[in-house]
This record gives sequence, structure tokens and C-alpha cells, in this order.
Amino acid sequence: MGEVTELKGQQPACQTDDGAGATCACAAAGGLEDLYSVPVDRRVMVIGGGICGITAAIDLGNADYRVVMVERLPSVGGRMLQLSETFPTLDCAQCTLTPRTVESGQHPHVTLKTCCEVVGLSGEPGNFRVRVRQNKTYVDWSKCTGCGTCIQKCPTKSYALFERDAGRMTAIYTLSPQAVPNKPVIDADRCRYLTKGKCGVCAKVCPVDAIDYEQQESYFEVEVGAIIVATGFDVYDWKTKMPELGGGRLPDVIDGLTFERYLSASGPTAGRMVRPSDGVEPKEIVFIQCAGSRNPELHKSYCSKVCCMYTAKHARLYKHKVHDGQVYIFYIDIRSTGKGYEQFIQQSVSEEGIIYLRGRAAKVFQEGKKIMVQGADTLTGKKIEIAADLVVVAAALVPNEGAEELAEILGLTCNKDGFFVEEDYKLSPVDSGSRGIFIAGCCQGIKDIADTVAQGSAAASKAQVFLSTIRRQKKQAV
Amino acid sequence: MKYPYFPGCTLYTKAKKLDDAGRECSRRLGFELDELPDWTCCGATFPLVNDYHIAMSGPTRILADTKDQGGSQLVTLCSVCFNVLKRTNVVMRTDEERRQKITDFIERDYHGEVEVLHYLQVLRDEIGFEQLREKVVKPLTDLKVACYYGCLLLRPVKEIGLDVMENPTIFEDFVRALGAEPVDFPYKIECCGAFQVVHSMETATRCSRDILANARLNGADLVITTCPLCHFNLDDRQPEIRKGDPRFQTVPVLYFTQLLALALGLDAAELGFERNLIDPLPLLREKGLA
Amino acid sequence: MKTRISREQVQDDFINKVAEISGENFFNCYQCGNCSAGCPSVDEMDLLPSQVVRYLQLGLADEVKNCRSMWVCAACTMCHARCPKGVDISRIMDALRMLNLREPKAAARVDVTDFTPEYLERAPQIAMISGYRKFLPL
Repeated sequence: MGEVTELKGQQPACQTDDGAGATCACAAAGGLEDLYSVPVDRRVMVIGGGICGITAAIDLGNADYRVVMVERLPSVGGRMLQLSETFPTLDCAQCTLTPRTVESGQHPHVTLKTCCEVVGLSGEPGNFRVRVRQNKTYVDWSKCTGCGTCIQKCPTKSYALFERDAGRMTAIYTLSPQAVPNKPVIDADRCRYLTKGKCGVCAKVCPVDAIDYEQQESYFEVEVGAIIVATGFDVYDWKTKMPELGGGRLPDVIDGLTFERYLSASGPTAGRMVRPSDGVEPKEIVFIQCAGSRNPELHKSYCSKVCCMYTAKHARLYKHKVHDGQVYIFYIDIRSTGKGYEQFIQQSVSEEGIIYLRGRAAKVFQEGKKIMVQGADTLTGKKIEIAADLVVVAAALVPNEGAEELAEILGLTCNKDGFFVEEDYKLSPVDSGSRGIFIAGCCQGIKDIADTVAQGSAAASKAQVFLSTIRRQKKQAV
Repeated sequence: MKYPYFPGCTLYTKAKKLDDAGRECSRRLGFELDELPDWTCCGATFPLVNDYHIAMSGPTRILADTKDQGGSQLVTLCSVCFNVLKRTNVVMRTDEERRQKITDFIERDYHGEVEVLHYLQVLRDEIGFEQLREKVVKPLTDLKVACYYGCLLLRPVKEIGLDVMENPTIFEDFVRALGAEPVDFPYKIECCGAFQVVHSMETATRCSRDILANARLNGADLVITTCPLCHFNLDDRQPEIRKGDPRFQTVPVLYFTQLLALALGLDAAELGFERNLIDPLPLLREKGLA
Repeated sequence: MKTRISREQVQDDFINKVAEISGENFFNCYQCGNCSAGCPSVDEMDLLPSQVVRYLQLGLADEVKNCRSMWVCAACTMCHARCPKGVDISRIMDALRMLNLREPKAAARVDVTDFTPEYLERAPQIAMISGYRKFLPL
């Protein structure tokens, strides 16, 4: 309580938008002073605040470009924020990511615009005008100090997309304790006040009156010379599209990203290995690879590329938590072509006693407290049945929601699976084909963190090359 | 509404009760099954090799007869007939070369004009399960039903198109309309062993055991089916299954039309359960339905 | 025992005939094993459904011609329904059966006199007719 009293009367940490200055295209934008302190050919917009976008933004900022990073979620960090540890080194994802998110938040030349989405584009390469929608947060971030009292007192705890099936979240929340920016938002669909008109606890406890249930969405426009698109990926909707895997009806059949939340020390179980239905530690666990991938007839034709590695990682992390547990992995082929990846797989098999079964699993279903898995091992020529406590499906990865709409807005091309098409797969992998717009990371095709970061830097570099060309042309014109 | 109707061989003899109940229920629901005159056997298997045209001559003739008598639809009750006629019709619509060979051979003019329907589709799409619910006079309260689809009612999905493959719901929706409770039953789309019952009896026995045990495990009081072959495997294999596993709990197997007839007020004594090896009457009495 | 494979074998007439009358391209199969994982008849089979396709890919005609798997396939088409590449193994099994039954000296796979009168009284016509179609020489 002392803390709350102390905070009272303190100046809001955020700058208000009234003094945005003459260079700012739109007053509503706010906080874009740094961006507008340089000519348009030195400004870049990065769409997507995952590790790819962050990398691009920091690189550009360090090169003295001015960057505005637009992120749909309340804070930056992207999918990596949901991960536990990362292959092949088993580094803690949060520990490696947080310095980067903090740097992007504190960088003098990077402006974060979270809870924002790009809705329109005009202008021309080198001088784009991007229209951005500021979605409702229901919290006046210019007043909010990030004290977290509202989150502590919120009475609603329910399913939230970020925690997937692994845990619940309050209706007013930040995505992590180290969120950048560390300001909460209200999930309108889950908030009692916004759905039923009752509650209002957060407004009552907020020491600076930052809660604003009446907040409206707003729009602003930004003028930039180049755009980097790094909108990332999502998990294939296996729950509705693959009834043979329980179709979301079986609580103990989860996808890999959900399993990450169980493994994560900052996840809802604080890294304790339990299964969703009854909180019991699973002793027999089955992983099913290629769930929805490599399946042109019924699902996605492509290989989702990272599943072999993260499944091996999952298996090892599980074994580190449940020493007497048994792991089975149904696989078709193991694709471990990155540096140190093959060794990682070999070590998983020889040192952790993980059993790889060479075949697809056709069906899973509940039988009592067990999940029955019917698969095949083509190496022995046997049809295999396992009574598992927990099943983790390595579901296909797909472009993030809204990628096709964004492509429409920006004039990009998507392939039949919705990934942005590059100008040339081998020689111009981050050029979108639209001048001045670059694509990087999983929105171009599924790839791991190492490749994603490389593309983030590549896109930053190509954006600089493009803008210096524009400057040279301008000079020549004069 | 009047539908041309193809009963098929089995429904005239071994599965007469499937047919009887189906016809009686249609009268009570206000539609008429108008039996095709002079029909022949459908062949009971759709030829899976593409050079066995003669096997499609029977079903093509049935479809052509329907067309010639002015029918635009043809209703079946038996899953096997439904599958054979439906798939043959797909060939008639999509494979001009084979269509021509077959129709030339039987000297008929047919291009796949008829729509092959299963009785369940008539209930769902023409009558409507909500309307069906209103016509129920004896709701099957407290009855837990395992809806067994088997293979031929569903697969191949692209040709049959009755429902989705991995988790169909038409049968469950039907059962709910009758006031009964469908159980979640993972083996509902697994095979019963089909014609292997004349060749590899152990396949049929094992498959039937897995299906029935799974139905029981999920709380089913009884299993319903649309197919006389499934019915034969599931019902007749039970004494054998019990011999192999004394803990196996037998389950009555009914045709879906029998269940429908019960709900529409027919007396259980009229439904021909005397042919069932596993007598459903004790269960139905216990539930107040007989 | 080592198995020698060759161009002649891979392009064998019998193998080509199976492909022709089944309408299936064996090389669409990438051996994921999903068919075998869901097949109801595997217990009675000597080769998994996916192995039958593998033998056909390699041109091992003799092994396939004499396999038991084709005879215990119930044509339930679960393999086809779940195949990520749309391979219809039930068609391949039927092609193998048909080519066998079309041989001049083909043996009947079921003997009608084996059935008891009680069995015949109970078994539906569709069982007998479809059985005869699958197991008797043409």
C-alpha cells in the first residue's frame, strides 16, 4: 500500500501528445518527435515487434535511422516471449530476448507503437504515408505508471490466447512482468465491467485514474521512407481441422506452443510439469510431429521446418523435469540441418532415452484417464498403440492472422499458404517485390530464431541500401 | 413428398426390420418411399479397380431406371447400397469414357442425373431434425446411444459428402432429436471388418470387439447402425468375443430406423428384435421404452 | 538375404499393371505410415499397407503377389481418407486381388461349403456377395 501512496502525485512517465511539434504529421500519433527529427528518407517503419522486427529496428536505430515499430499486441517480443528455452543451446528464451526488448524500448531512435495495426498505405517508395489504427487499451498510458496494482486486484482470471491452454490471465494484463512497454491493457472480451457493466475494480484501485472504459480507437499517419514487414506466424488451427487429434475436445492433447507455456519458468505453472486435465505429472508423453504439415491432400503441403528441433527440445526439457518419464516421438523424417542441430537430436536419443517411432500417428482418443495414441513404426513394421498421459502435437505453423489483409494494404503477394512472396528466393530473399518494402522472418516462410534474426538484419540492411539510393537520386535531381 | 426408394436385397430378407421400420416411420413423418419396380442387386461392392466395368452395370441400371421413371432422387437405407450407387453415380458424372462404356453395354441413356440420398439425409435436409423432434411421441430419455457410422456411410468423403470424415455428427444430431443422448465414441468411424466376415473371421471379430468395447467404455446402452453388414458383425460376433474375454459386456445393436420407430410410438414388440442375438428388450424395458 | 533391385524390376509389367488398374501412382507415397497406423486389418497382415506400397515402389513383385495383406484388407478406405498424399491403398489392394483372381488357375479364397447353414441363415446377402466378389476367381 505504501508503494501506491508514494506513486500518487508523481508525473506520468509517458509524454503526452500535445507538444508533438510541427514536423509531426498527426497529433494523435504522439511520441514521434524523434522520428520526425530527420527527413523521410531516414525513417523506417517496422511492422511486427517480434525478435525479427526488434532486430531490424535496433540495427536501423544504431545506424542512425529513425524507426517506428508497430506491434498489434500490447508489448514487443512476439512468439519468442512465449517460449521456454531455445534449441540447440537450451538458453532461456526470456533471458536472451529481454535485453533486446528492453533495448528496443529504450533506444533513442526507436519509437514503439503497440496495440497498433497498419490499416492503409499511400505515397510512394521513399515517401510512404502509412495509416495506423491505435486499438483500444482502456488504459491511458500517458497517465499509467505501470505499478501493476490493477493486475493484482483484477477478479477475472480466464483463458487468454497468450497462455494458450496452459493457464489463465487477468482481464487487465501485461504479457510478461518484463513487458516492454510495461503498461497494462484490458481484454474487452473478458473484462467484467466491459461485458456486464459490473466490477470496475481496476478503475477504483488505480492511483492515477488511468483506467478509461470509454476509450475509443484512434488513427494516425506516419511518413516513412521504407517499410519492413515482420508479422510472424501462428499455429495451424488443428483443433477444428484435425478431429483425429481430439479436435480440442481432449484437454490432455495440446500443441507445442502450449507446451512451451508449461515448460516456461515464467509460465502459468512456473515451469512445473503437469497435465491440463488434473494437474498430475505426466509419466508417459507422446509427441506427434508433422501434424498438419507435409499433407497436401488435407492440410498444409509444406514442412514447418522447426518442429523436429523443438520437439527434440521439448522431449529433453520434459526429461529434465520428469526423470522417470518416458518420451515417444512419432516422426516421418528428422530435419536437423542447422549448426549443431544434428548433434542435438543425436544427444536426445542416446543420452535421454527418447524413443523415436518412425511413422505418423493416425488417431488419438480418450480412454479413461489415458490418451490412446494409434500410430505406426515403419522400421519394425508394427502398428503401435501407446496409452499416454499427455500428447503434444507439433502442429503446422502458418502465417499470422491478418497477413493476407496486410498484403492487400501494402501491395504484397502471398503464396497459396499465405506467406509473403519474396522477389527472388535465393538472391533477393528479403525484397518483397514492391520497392521500399521488405519482408523478414516467418511471414516469408517458417524459419527458426537464428534464421529469423539473420533476415531481420538483412532487411534492415536492405532498407538502408534502398534509402541511400533514394537520397542519391534526390541529390542528383537537385 | 414422394421419394423413389431402393431397398436392396438384404432389406428384403435378413434386414427386413431395417426396411419395415424405415417405411413405417416415413409414413408417420409425412413422406413416402416409393419402391422402384423390378430393381436388381446393386452388386454390394463398388469396384475399386478401374477396368471392372461390368460391376457397375447393375447400379447404373438402377440409377437409369430411377431417371426413366421420372425420379430425380433415389433414397436408400442400406449403407452398402448407398455407397455403391453414390460412387457409381460419381463415375457417371465425372468419367465420360467409363460412363459411355457402361451405358452402351446396358443400352441405357444415363449421365448421373439422379441424386442418391441416404434416408438420414432426408431426415436432416428435407424433414429437418427440429421438425423430427416435434413428431417424437415417446422421447428416448435416459438412453445413451453409440452412433456407429462405419465406413460406407462416410468414405470416400469427396464422393459421399454426407458429413465430415473424422468427426461426423449427423447421427448424433438424429439421436438427440429423438430425445436420447449420444455418447462420445472414438470408434464410431472405424471399420467392423466388413466382408472379411466371410474370409478372415478373426478380423471381423477383433474389429467388432474394439468398437463395442469402446462404445461400452464411453457409457453406451446400445449401438445403432445403418448397415446390415455392420449389424451382422457387431451383433453376431458378440458370443465369440465373450468366449475370448468373459469380462466383455454385451451391447444390443439396433438399426437406426428401429430407434426412430420407438420414438415415433411404435411398439417395441413390432420391431423384429427376435432376430437380435443380443436382445435389446430387457434394456428397453428397463428404460421404460418397451 | 540381400535383395537386388534394378531398372527391369522397378519397371516390371506386373507392377505397371497394378498401377494402371488401381489408378494410383505409388511414387506419391512418402512412407509416412499413416495408413498403417489406422488400418483395422494390420493384425492379420504380413506387410503393412505402407510396406505394400514400398514393395511396389521398389518393384518387388513376387513378395507383393504372394502377400496376405491384400486378402485381409476390408476396403474400409480409412488409409485413403487419411493419406496426406491422397494415395488410395484400398484400390491398390483391390488391384492386387483382381490380378490374382484373374490368373487362369486362380484359387478361390473362400469355400462356400465351409459355411454352416446357421451362418448362411444369419449372414446378410451383402456380406456374401461382396465376399464372393473379393475372393472368388473371375
